[in-house]
Amino acid sequence: MRNTQATRLLFEMSRTGRRAATLPAIDVPSPSVAELVPSQFLADAPPALPELAEGDVVRHFTNLSTLNMSVDTHFYPLGSCTMKYNPKRNERLASLPGFAHVHPLQYESSIQGLLQVLFELQGIFGEISGLSGVSLQPAAGAHGELTALMVAAAYFRDLGKARTVVLTADSAHGTNPASAAMVGYETRTVRSRENGLVDVEDLKAKLDDRVAVFMLTNPNTLGLFDSQISEITSLVHDRGALIYLDGANMNAILGITRPGDFGADLMHYNPHKTFSGPHGGGGPGAGPICVRDFLAPFLPQPIVVRDGDRYRLSLDSDKSIGRVRSFFGNVGVLVRAYCYIRTYGGEGLRHVSEDAVLGANYLLSRIKHIMSVPHGDRCMHEFVASASKLKKERGLSAMDLAKRVLDYGFHAPTVYFPLVVEEAVMVEPTETESKETLDAFAEAIFRITEEAPEVVHDAPHTTKISRPDDVTAARKPIVRWEP
Amino acid sequence: MTGYLFHTEQDRREMLAAIGVSSIQQIIDDQVPRELQLGRTLAIGDAVDEMTLESLMRELGGRNASATSHVCFMGGGAYDHFIPAVVDELASRGEFYTSYTPYQAEVSQGNLQVMFEYETLVTQLTGLGVSNASLYDGGSAAVEAVLMALAAGQGRKKVVTSAAVHPHYRDTLRTYLDSLDVHCVTLPLQDDGSSRGMIDLIDNQTACVLIQHPNFFGRYEDVAAIAKAAHAAGALVIQVFDPISIGLLRRPGDLGADIAVAEGQCLGNPLAYGGPYLGVMACKEELIRRLPGRIAGQTIDRRGKRCWVLTLQTREQHIRRDKATSNICSNQTLLALRATIYLSLLGPHGLRETAEHCVRKTSYARDQFASADRFELVHSSPVFKEFVVRDLGDGVASMLSEATDQGILAGVPLAEFYPELADCFLVAVTEKRTRADIDRLVSVLNQHSTQPAYS
Amino acid sequence: MSRQPSTLLYAKSHEWADVSDQGGDKIATIGISAFAIEQLTDLVYMDLPKVGKKVAAGAEFGEVESVKAVSPLYSPVDGEIVEVHSDLPENLDGLKDDPYEFGWIIKVRLSDTAALSALLDHTAYEKQCSEEA
Repeated sequence: MRNTQATRLLFEMSRTGRRAATLPAIDVPSPSVAELVPSQFLADAPPALPELAEGDVVRHFTNLSTLNMSVDTHFYPLGSCTMKYNPKRNERLASLPGFAHVHPLQYESSIQGLLQVLFELQGIFGEISGLSGVSLQPAAGAHGELTALMVAAAYFRDLGKARTVVLTADSAHGTNPASAAMVGYETRTVRSRENGLVDVEDLKAKLDDRVAVFMLTNPNTLGLFDSQISEITSLVHDRGALIYLDGANMNAILGITRPGDFGADLMHYNPHKTFSGPHGGGGPGAGPICVRDFLAPFLPQPIVVRDGDRYRLSLDSDKSIGRVRSFFGNVGVLVRAYCYIRTYGGEGLRHVSEDAVLGANYLLSRIKHIMSVPHGDRCMHEFVASASKLKKERGLSAMDLAKRVLDYGFHAPTVYFPLVVEEAVMVEPTETESKETLDAFAEAIFRITEEAPEVVHDAPHTTKISRPDDVTAARKPIVRWEP
Repeated sequence: MTGYLFHTEQDRREMLAAIGVSSIQQIIDDQVPRELQLGRTLAIGDAVDEMTLESLMRELGGRNASATSHVCFMGGGAYDHFIPAVVDELASRGEFYTSYTPYQAEVSQGNLQVMFEYETLVTQLTGLGVSNASLYDGGSAAVEAVLMALAAGQGRKKVVTSAAVHPHYRDTLRTYLDSLDVHCVTLPLQDDGSSRGMIDLIDNQTACVLIQHPNFFGRYEDVAAIAKAAHAAGALVIQVFDPISIGLLRRPGDLGADIAVAEGQCLGNPLAYGGPYLGVMACKEELIRRLPGRIAGQTIDRRGKRCWVLTLQTREQHIRRDKATSNICSNQTLLALRATIYLSLLGPHGLRETAEHCVRKTSYARDQFASADRFELVHSSPVFKEFVVRDLGDGVASMLSEATDQGILAGVPLAEFYPELADCFLVAVTEKRTRADIDRLVSVLNQHSTQPAYS
Repeated sequence: MSRQPSTLLYAKSHEWADVSDQGGDKIATIGISAFAIEQLTDLVYMDLPKVGKKVAAGAEFGEVESVKAVSPLYSPVDGEIVEVHSDLPENLDGLKDDPYEFGWIIKVRLSDTAALSALLDHTAYEKQCSEEA
């Protein structure tokens, strides 16, 4: 079956005079547009948007959708992205008019139900993290990082201390140093040891009174919980610096351990990962942050507070860093997170993490017989295998493997991240996959390693396109359609 | 067990045996020091089944007024424009919303093609050469544009803006610039609501000018004149625009803007109490390497077939780390998809008609307020789809609140944003409003119990 | 006359320098080595400085990019840029095919020759490359 009808570009499908939407007649007496809009502002013609019939539009986008892999259709073990099942009930509930069609500047008295959800969610995020100050404002994980670093900067300014350096781990996500740079911090990288954990000696060497924050991912990007965490956090705290926890990997530790309890002072959540988003093809997400109580006055505002049985938006702290975006936050994403968390409850969330850990360790136990897993036999919610042996012996790179996996009907794992593992293949199965799926995936990896290398090199074979030319795309960028 | 888990007891036994442990706890103990484990259940309540959750959320949602339950005249950066059914239906396909960033282009051609189409549509709306695949929202897009201009500004450290730019955008800008050695000069509120006076603030240390047209008060700004002055001083021009207005108005690029940003919520995205929204951003071609966010580009595959990929990735944080153009690593694909579908349905004529509805109905509404005893219009100059009304009865808060009780979200009070406009509110009129809606708005507000304070 | 790799000086960061006397000035022609180009894989973009810019040994003067990596270009010498190979960014395949002749990037009038002593000769540079490979 071919689903290729109407999949040319919208602009190529356009036919002059075709149209979908029609508007009612204007029912007010009023002067003409030419009389209402001064001529210096008026365009001669509207922009040359495509002209299409409704049926064109529906078939176009429906058929395009079938060219995507997605969690609804495929196992999607994309490490560090937590591609878990996105519950349908959350979509329905977040679309209720009382959430989806509320104007962001409505009076508090007209949105008490919504403010209650947001207030409860602040409390839930505080309880899960063990950090009581919560801001729901940031729009994405990276935005949460940036906001938290601004909070830290404001805190040190308030203390009258000039701290100019942020430490990041070499295995950290690129957003960590990029966020630090945006707040004007100089970044220094702390090395990992062979076993994938923070090199405490290197940390000691780089830790001085100029350091404001050590940004840490724990469990780290190798899927390992850093057992030295207490030592690390006390070293940093003794120097008067703060610990920031990148919450990318919270799916491993819900109800098992809390960032606030292991020494983090600030953190962000990725509700689109941990609390089932969904990921929306790359966004929207959200990036709520939690901080220790002494940092709470610096959080962005507004924050939802309860006075008696009424909820209101507080702008009460004069130490607040201010806004980091327009309006309240990514409420649509937050309402879904609320529904997800209420569905599981406290005990259920722990089961989520336990099953995420179980699934990852089970898959690790199968994959390690096929590929090397340099950082040991156990992991939390994900693990990083290496294709370096495969590359040496059979000329197959991590990218080749990723591309061939697509032919077997699975989305590829994350490859070439973290940077500290050669030919990295980062696998995160999540808790919402069956044992049969994990077995089938391991089996596919095994079969690929036995295949003729040329078959793998040219993969994928079953997709609409294969191995796009990234070099030409970057050398001579074509970033819009032209007639 | 409620929720979305898979494993049967037998699965678990088999999996644990394969791992070589007796329990999941044993794996956890191996990694997480005992003294750091929580040792109790999170105090966030018990699990709730689907039926119970649905009635709970319907009850909580039912306590909120909305643009569905009420007639909405609120604007100020978020608008109740009509969303055709096709937008909701197509965007709720799981293949779209449960996919992720197109790291593997071969299995993401749907999203990549949509991103490329979206980018093309944005260049058509802005008259500029390049668009990214979207940012968080209008406010952060405006800030990212300023950061981009500062990076391009070869050491220039001054930003010029106006009080007539959305207050949230300016607040966000202030937060970001707080940590950097940059000086932001804001033209104070002018009696006529315009920003022409910005020209006098521009000098040879100015990296960029941030202007909104139509501005926060709905009135048109002479972007062309401001751009001329800015360019003469070597500064870049950033225009915040309203995508719907482009059905009638000249485009940012045609007016001389170097970077255009917008809140794309109006393009088929729900109000959702402020987010998730869609940050639209386009710029002149020569600035492409400073553009933040993802960009989809066209190329060919190994068999010579046309296809799309993420391109120019060396700008981004995962490669350039602390030297990246921005820390942003997501884009609002789902909302950009909705905007793409919306614009495909409207086409040039639908967009023009939508804009015409806004202009003419707003004009009618202005006339009705002008002829009511209780009100006066604060600015006399023409506007696009919103305008400022002064309540001579000095009862904005109680009046708007009472209107809510009567089924109307009547406007945005301006006291929080502009102390000098504490007796004023902003009224927005979209294509959805009818003559009857407008007449009722004016009559309900005019009859509010607070006695007008006639002079 | 084609430039011989064996006669050039090299920075540890893989730039080469060819120093000659021109009308009383010492002019260094600067490029990047074949080894570096191979390590970078397919080049897609190059960002070059303007004539007249001062450069310092060890400081960044430009950038070269592949699809998934960015590499700063470091000046091996101190001085002022007197010429820039402005056609080069449009001909990156030419750089790859002929890094030592066609692929020159900038010419610098030396303000000081002290930095030259820190550069490697061809033998020492080849040794460094074999260790890195």
